[in-house]
Amino acid sequence: MSVQLSETEPKLLPGDLAIWFFIFMELLVFGIFFIVYAVMRSQNIELFNEYQLTLNRELGMANTLLLISSSYFVVRAVHAIRGDDVNRCVYWLYAGLAGGTGFLILKAVEYSDKFSAGIGLGTNTFYMFYLSLTMFHFLHVVLGMLILLAVVIKAKRGAYSADNHTGVETGASYWHMVDLVWIILFPLVYIIR
Amino acid sequence: MKYESQGVAKLYFIAAIGLFVGQILFGAIMGLQYVMGDFLFPEIPFNVARMVHTNLLIVWLLFGFMGSAYFLIPEESERELYSPLLAKIMFWIFLVAGALTILGYLLVPYAQLADLTMNDLLPTMGREFLEQPTITKIGIVIVALAFLFNIGMTILTGRKTVITLVLLTGLVGLAVFFLFSFYNPDNIVLDKYFWWFVVHLWVEGVWELIMASLLAYVLIKVTGVDREVIEKWLYIIIAMALISGLIGTGHHFYWIGTPDYWQWLGSVFSALEPIPFFMMTLFAFNVVNKRRRDHPNKAAVLWALGTAVMAFLGAGVWGFLHTLAPVNYYTHGTQVTAAHGHMAFYGAYVMVVLTMISYAMPIMRGQKAANETAQKLEIHSFWLMTISMVFITLFLTVAGFVQTYLQRYSDEPQSFMVVQEQLATWYWLREAAGVVFLLGLFLYIYSFFAKGKEVEFVEE
Repeated sequence: MSVQLSETEPKLLPGDLAIWFFIFMELLVFGIFFIVYAVMRSQNIELFNEYQLTLNRELGMANTLLLISSSYFVVRAVHAIRGDDVNRCVYWLYAGLAGGTGFLILKAVEYSDKFSAGIGLGTNTFYMFYLSLTMFHFLHVVLGMLILLAVVIKAKRGAYSADNHTGVETGASYWHMVDLVWIILFPLVYIIR
Repeated sequence: MKYESQGVAKLYFIAAIGLFVGQILFGAIMGLQYVMGDFLFPEIPFNVARMVHTNLLIVWLLFGFMGSAYFLIPEESERELYSPLLAKIMFWIFLVAGALTILGYLLVPYAQLADLTMNDLLPTMGREFLEQPTITKIGIVIVALAFLFNIGMTILTGRKTVITLVLLTGLVGLAVFFLFSFYNPDNIVLDKYFWWFVVHLWVEGVWELIMASLLAYVLIKVTGVDREVIEKWLYIIIAMALISGLIGTGHHFYWIGTPDYWQWLGSVFSALEPIPFFMMTLFAFNVVNKRRRDHPNKAAVLWALGTAVMAFLGAGVWGFLHTLAPVNYYTHGTQVTAAHGHMAFYGAYVMVVLTMISYAMPIMRGQKAANETAQKLEIHSFWLMTISMVFITLFLTVAGFVQTYLQRYSDEPQSFMVVQEQLATWYWLREAAGVVFLLGLFLYIYSFFAKGKEVEFVEE
């Protein structure tokens, strides 16, 4: 009887356990980076405050909204596949991907603005952290989109159903991590003074 | 052996082990020269012995990787090797070129070797680990291209598995990054910068892919665990290895004249490099615990687990020990580096090649596993070599910390040679451990010839 009970208990983590190892490590990487940023900021408060003002907060805010909406779309995709609706799942994933694409475009605009002003990793400590943190996150958005794309392709081939959709949850979990990191990164680097 | 052409691996493995012996002999000579500076002088000066020791290591590991690929790929791809003949021809070219190069190091003064091989046409010599004459480097590229063509055609026309694709990616990366050895700018900062593109991106980048895929292959074979489970781990391990390892190159850029942001990027990313190695350890033990069968080749299982543990210790822990910029500021280029180098190379790359040999060699000799006596001896040799390597590492670590303190940290820093004299005890101990390693290696070789009761196994 108890065995049956444990079988019907909800799973602790959605998606594949392996992706959670990966997410954990990614969060560790960003966590270390955030702590280092905080320490360096506390030692150079004036410099950080001065150059923080040069960042484009409007684009940053737009990007935050894009990623949050995109995460929402991916949640809808998971719900769709739980209801066995493959087509709807694929559409929501496309919507999620569109959000990611929008993020990348706005980020590219932001970078080209900074680069054309002659700003690089070596300009000063603040820009070093701003560029390396956001670019590292940028690469994660790209990776997250590749994962979502792989899920789309598999979904179209009919690999997922209401009973078997771990892959969709796995991709969604990773995408939420990418979103979560940005939600911390944006205020930390762009706003908090 | 499922496919006849897998047999070419045997040549490569025998050559690898032969060169391994040479490497350890020169290691032992050098170890003695640390405490008896004029030992074998002027026939084999320290710098030559060092060059031979490190170059032989790289060459025999390359033989090991190629042999492993030739054994693994036909079986994974479910077809014969594209061209076994090409594999054999390349073997002899590589062996002869390698042997001539080593003889060149030993018989001719290095500057004269550079003249003889017309280094001035395309100067690439004179840099640590990349000392090979330019023509040898060109030879390596040709052999690598032929090798990649051969296995690439086999993989692409056969069954594609995650293991073969990861292995192929690693091997292509190995060849691509070697091309930076031809780039030799006059600016010494740029020179060092791109030099690391070969050295670091090999051992802390693409070689890790090779290692992970070889390990995964052997684990599938000896445990019978589902491929899907193993592939999943493989993906995550290589993703982490690449994320941490690529930007982790920065830990070599602290003090060579590059911008100082590398101290941050290098410290943060290389501090994460132990994680994929730790995952490899978890992965190996997990898979062996979940095994569906007890493979008769116990030695191979032991080598596989040993690889995971020793790679984590040597590459992961000992690397982390001196990777942070504030620590490295003091320890840079001391015996701490030598300690890390020894255990990392042994734990990660020597052991993974020996794992493959241990698994494949009996099969190529028509058995499922070596006989009981042979396996027993091989297991003894595993412990002899592994434990003596642990001691080599520990002694060098102590030497390194004493050196760092006396030479760079104490209130009255002493000069290099004055400090070296005070490390003699530790160097003697290291040499003793090195001799035990050599004995372990001889026992390992002897195990291939030992006769005994054939192992029993139940075919599923």
